[in-house]
Amino acid sequence: MCSILGIVNENGKLFSANYIIEGISLMNERCNGLGGGFAAYGLYPEYKDYYALHILLKDVELKDQVTEMLKDYVNIYKDEEIETRNVERIPQDYTPWRFFVDVPERYTNDADNYIIDLAMKINSTGGALVISSGKNMGVFKAIGYPDEVAKLYKLDNYKAYMWLAHGRYPTNTRGWWGGAHPFSILDNSIVHNGEITSYGTNKRFLESYGYKCSYFTDSEVLAYLWDLLVRRHKLPIELASEVLAPPFWEQIERMPPERRRIIEALRMTYGPAMVNGPFGIVIANGSGLTGVAGNGTMVGLSDRIKLRPLICARKNDTTFMASEESAIKAVCKNPDNVWAPRAGEPTVAMVNGDV
Amino acid sequence: MEMYSSVPEFRVVIDRQACRLCKRCIENCSFGALEWRDNKVKAFDDRCVACQRCVSMCPEDAIALRRMPSVMSAHPIWTENARRDVFTQSRTGAILLASTGNELHERVIFDNLLLDACQVTNPAIDPLREPIELRTYIGRKPRFVELEELGDSVRLKTELSPALRLEIPIMIAQMSYGAISLEAHEALARAAVMRGTTMGSGEGGLHKKLYPYADHIIVQVASGRFGVHPAYLKAGAAVEVKIGQGAKPGIGGHLPGTKITEEISEARMIPIGADAISPAPHHDIYSIEDLAQLVNSLKEATRYKKPVLVKIAAVHNVAAISSGICRAGADAIVIDGFRAGTGATPKVIRDNVGIPIELALASVDQRLREEGIRNETSIIASGTIRNSGDVAKAIALGADAVKIGTAALIALGCTVCKRCYTGKCAWGIATQEPELRSRLDPVEGAQRVSNLLLAWSIELKEILGAAGINSIESLRGNRDRLRGYGLDHTTLEILGVQPAGS
Amino acid sequence: MRIVADYKHYKQLNEEVFQAVQAGVAELTLEDVNGQRFIADCLTGKLKIDIYGTPGNDLGMFMDGPTVTVFGNAQDGVGNTMSSGKIIIHGDGRDILGHSMRGGKIFVHGDVGYRVGIHMKTYKSNVPIIVAGGHAGDFLGEYMAGGMIIVLGIHNSAKKSEILGDWVATGQHGGAIYVRGNVDESKLGNGASQFPLTADDEIAVKKVLKEYCQVFGLDLESVVDSEFTKIAPLSHRPYAALYTSE
Repeated sequence: MCSILGIVNENGKLFSANYIIEGISLMNERCNGLGGGFAAYGLYPEYKDYYALHILLKDVELKDQVTEMLKDYVNIYKDEEIETRNVERIPQDYTPWRFFVDVPERYTNDADNYIIDLAMKINSTGGALVISSGKNMGVFKAIGYPDEVAKLYKLDNYKAYMWLAHGRYPTNTRGWWGGAHPFSILDNSIVHNGEITSYGTNKRFLESYGYKCSYFTDSEVLAYLWDLLVRRHKLPIELASEVLAPPFWEQIERMPPERRRIIEALRMTYGPAMVNGPFGIVIANGSGLTGVAGNGTMVGLSDRIKLRPLICARKNDTTFMASEESAIKAVCKNPDNVWAPRAGEPTVAMVNGDV
Repeated sequence: MEMYSSVPEFRVVIDRQACRLCKRCIENCSFGALEWRDNKVKAFDDRCVACQRCVSMCPEDAIALRRMPSVMSAHPIWTENARRDVFTQSRTGAILLASTGNELHERVIFDNLLLDACQVTNPAIDPLREPIELRTYIGRKPRFVELEELGDSVRLKTELSPALRLEIPIMIAQMSYGAISLEAHEALARAAVMRGTTMGSGEGGLHKKLYPYADHIIVQVASGRFGVHPAYLKAGAAVEVKIGQGAKPGIGGHLPGTKITEEISEARMIPIGADAISPAPHHDIYSIEDLAQLVNSLKEATRYKKPVLVKIAAVHNVAAISSGICRAGADAIVIDGFRAGTGATPKVIRDNVGIPIELALASVDQRLREEGIRNETSIIASGTIRNSGDVAKAIALGADAVKIGTAALIALGCTVCKRCYTGKCAWGIATQEPELRSRLDPVEGAQRVSNLLLAWSIELKEILGAAGINSIESLRGNRDRLRGYGLDHTTLEILGVQPAGS
Repeated sequence: MRIVADYKHYKQLNEEVFQAVQAGVAELTLEDVNGQRFIADCLTGKLKIDIYGTPGNDLGMFMDGPTVTVFGNAQDGVGNTMSSGKIIIHGDGRDILGHSMRGGKIFVHGDVGYRVGIHMKTYKSNVPIIVAGGHAGDFLGEYMAGGMIIVLGIHNSAKKSEILGDWVATGQHGGAIYVRGNVDESKLGNGASQFPLTADDEIAVKKVLKEYCQVFGLDLESVVDSEFTKIAPLSHRPYAALYTSE
């Protein structure tokens, strides 16, 4: 299900949302108007030391309740309603709010996990959904086609150095705001095309590491798996990709010995984290992640037998990853290079500039 | 190693007094169960499949078939069937093949549903004298109709989507030429024309003999794309994308090369004698948006003039999948329940995968209504529709129409001997052997299928009349006119049906 | 006739093409194409369609006759279930190119993606042909039931060291794949094997490559000046022993 697009400037230069909106809209044929969303990195340079929580409130009155709850756990530096405008086809099911918070000093050692726990607590209250929780980034999503969602959130007012976009065609869960993509946890955001067949296995595996899967969608599971592998278990991106989309045993047997030992160990250890069935994903990491070089990355990956498309392109210092080449061409008519990455082989773009 | 092999299921009993040694039974037995030995007919019980061909062909009524008394010791779990399967597989190391539908789950929910009738408070209608309508349109319906005023007159502004017009809400299912004989295919096509309904080409293309009936044929596009070309797509009354079938959800198919005769090779457009392999998925559909792409490619190919149907097997998540199919632009969704028949399927899949059509149908209809898109697609139910009562109950649960496969073949002479996969059908239906095929007369066969459809139509009108309903639309989704009897609470809840007596 | 596709929806673009063809136009140029699907879907007859830009998925699906030339890359599903005609791509092709194709030719200058030529079939004089100038992804010629695929590995935009991916010709039960250079046995899927080229093979390959080289302005001799490997099925009935009954 769905269309995906990621654009990143590797020097950390900010650019307007218009590019990503135009690109993702070209693939409206791949979605059905039941979900669209964006993740943007470099949004809040003034507040880049604070966790930016984007929270959807089922009812605006919940705001006080959420504020009270946040106050128990974190320091709220600032909060405001995320500006929206009326868009005809989008039902006003939620009011989006942003909070800039930091973690009390005694918890700063483990601030990331502290924020994840907090997000999961808020999510389990019902009525309020934390849709992103990283620093200097945010997620905007709702029911609707991606261009409608962009209009709703007045995205043309925002600039970022890394954007993800998603147009949804839901199959297993109904179309609702919370079910739209990207899925985000801390500085990881993910957009996903496909329907994985290993959901139950992956979910129960994650639960044994303390994750709570509350959105019933594949993409949430992918976001948490990536968080577990890259942030918590500190696997390099290339090897984390081998966990999600591992080679077949017969391919492993043909590898050079040392490589083979590593891949075998990964498969044996992380068997339940293997993502089966079709997927094409683009994952964005913001700055400040342990175990990841540079100031952020964008990773594109498809499943190990390439059941979903993924096309990449580069133009100067900008990298594009998309479901269809035409989406890239819509915003970059003459890329320097266009290529189709191999199944299960990650395409990585690093942000090296100062962001 | 000496091993016990198998116990014959049947015994052929020949009345030696009555037998006049005409050998007709031997000529007619396509399974080789009867041979001429020592100047008399000798029966080989282990080859008999009880197809009844010899019984009906014997001019002296000298043959009878008996079920073998079991010689194995009884065990409630290790049934004779279970043991027989293990023996066979330990000998061959291969997948067990089976024909027809699920044999493991005997319970049919339709049998626990009861229809309603009028008494006193409103009148029943006499269908023999008063009009009762069965006409059904299969296809996308607009949510509302828009009109345009032109001076004093009004004009229809809404453009209706192409729809299939059926005179009866009973269609003949998709069975391929290759799985069944050309004669059977032709008989079904003729019957569809006679009764104003449709039959399905199946996935084996369309023999040129069938093209004259193509406006009553839904041409299928399955994963093997056999015989799919511009003329085929343009000839059909509608196009059906087969994703799966109830007897083998998620499984591809192999028509063995031995069955690819010259004529089949022509219809399928593949070489004679080569296996015809239908992949498990469509390799251009790995995701729901790809289905939308195939649906739209077919609409483009037919210049938006024909409805496009999508057929799936009833699997666990059928309601959500159907919602996606509807949003992919399918004009109708065909849901094939887990008891649906087939010519050949791995037995383990046939007996263990999927869910009953009654539950699937009810949950799909409900889900599409909840999402406000029920008008955007028609629902066609199939997989054990055995009589007009099943038709009425399926429609009351929410189907727009039903499809029949096995019932239509029984009308052609099939005795459900469950050996379609052997290609030796003694009745000329599931076979490509010229001698066997010649046993089925397409014209006569068409008449019998047509008779069946006529009989069910009259019965449907009786059912409607008794319920005080004079058009099939008023039964569609009318679950108030159903009651459950002997069904548990959860099942009733999924069916959306009250228990009898409430 | 020239049609500027620009941001038109495919329905509109294809309707314009269809109307033009109905009106007797035999040569069309589509400019600024970007992502429009189903171009030339089910079109029949001797048409010539030139496409500038990136046409969308299922280009030339069910097509029966026309010659379509793409000046750029194509997306997934080129020539899906196509009956006859020719599709020329001056850039790369992507996944399932030539899916269930039963006739005609697809010539790609550069790389092709995954599952190319999957379930291609031959029927009588209809012999589908795919030639890729670059690299081919995994599952090339899966279930291949007929026709010819040639992979040259000479215009390799992805700079892959290997011409072929894995599981080549898995389930193949007809047709042949010709690869310029050697193929490691481990690349082959179930059902396929390597064979030396017969004289007939060499003639057939050369004939196709002659046309391919003309189309792309290549020197035929330098293309055929290399050993080719033939991959063909071990059996036309690979699954004959898979099933049993009582």
